[in-house]
Amino acid sequence: MAPLAFGFSLSLPMARSVLRNAAFIGLATGAYGFSFGAVSSASGLSLWQTVTLSAFMFTGASQFALVGVLAGGGAGAAAVATASVLGSRNAFYGLRLADTLRVTWWRPLAAQLTIDESSAMAFAASDRPTARAAFWATGISVFVCWNAATIVGSLIHFLGNPSTLGLDEAAPAAFVALLFPQLTTRLSRSVAAVAALVGLAVVPLVPAGVPVLLAAGVAVVVGCRQRTTPSLEASS
Amino acid sequence: MWTAVIAGSLCCYALKLLGYSVPRRILDNERVKNVAALLPVALLAALALTQSLSTGQHLTLDPRAGGLVAAVACAAKKAPFLVTVVVAVAVTAGLRAWT
Repeated sequence: MAPLAFGFSLSLPMARSVLRNAAFIGLATGAYGFSFGAVSSASGLSLWQTVTLSAFMFTGASQFALVGVLAGGGAGAAAVATASVLGSRNAFYGLRLADTLRVTWWRPLAAQLTIDESSAMAFAASDRPTARAAFWATGISVFVCWNAATIVGSLIHFLGNPSTLGLDEAAPAAFVALLFPQLTTRLSRSVAAVAALVGLAVVPLVPAGVPVLLAAGVAVVVGCRQRTTPSLEASS
Repeated sequence: MWTAVIAGSLCCYALKLLGYSVPRRILDNERVKNVAALLPVALLAALALTQSLSTGQHLTLDPRAGGLVAAVACAAKKAPFLVTVVVAVAVTAGLRAWT
């Protein structure tokens, strides 16, 4: 029996391996949560606002985007829109996970834990019981580590002026770190380059926060014109 | 700030729940999938560059540009997430102290 509730039936070695992976991913994500806490505080959000984002938004790139747009002087609506567009990928994870998890009562909680890491671990599993265990174990592990690390990170701003410490460059660096593993195809590299140029080009013309949304239009235009699904996971 | 924090959290949760709730054929649409696959790439690239090279509505070249170059170098070398962020922050702070 797996040492978890939800009625899993896993062999002990399999359960151990799932839990070990989940713990490792949780700790690794903690480093990222730590940066989010620091960036969020440096962007002028209070400890409670930072904690609220990690607990309730709980999807890293969107959290970074929200505080980044606000720090850049963008309007709240632009910040929310950017965070939502980035968070839209979770809807596609949920779509695929719905069949695997077959949740009813647990659906609201499963939805909240539907993020890159938990979905990736579930998709990588060889059978349904393992996929379900991997999803819940990874989701819970990341949630706990992410939130704990956020609190620690958000306290770092007491060390000094965020801009003297160079923390105003932490969010863009986080975006670069998130972006690079996704640049696996020529199409994705072209879209990234064109979107970045479009974003920069319209900076003087539109209010802060809007350039990024216009850059998202590049993905919409290219995506609609593509005949076949761009396989971003390919390692070409 | 609180309005954006709460509205953003609600929107992101609604999107997560949406995946479990909508009829499969809507999100299975080829165009919707293509756009969704490319959106993160476009957004992250634009976020990184605009936030490093602009202040308000002005394009600027300051120590943050150095931090961006450092971050790109780290990410291209497949450095771990935290290393990329810490190096970029340190380079930005160093350039700012020096200039």
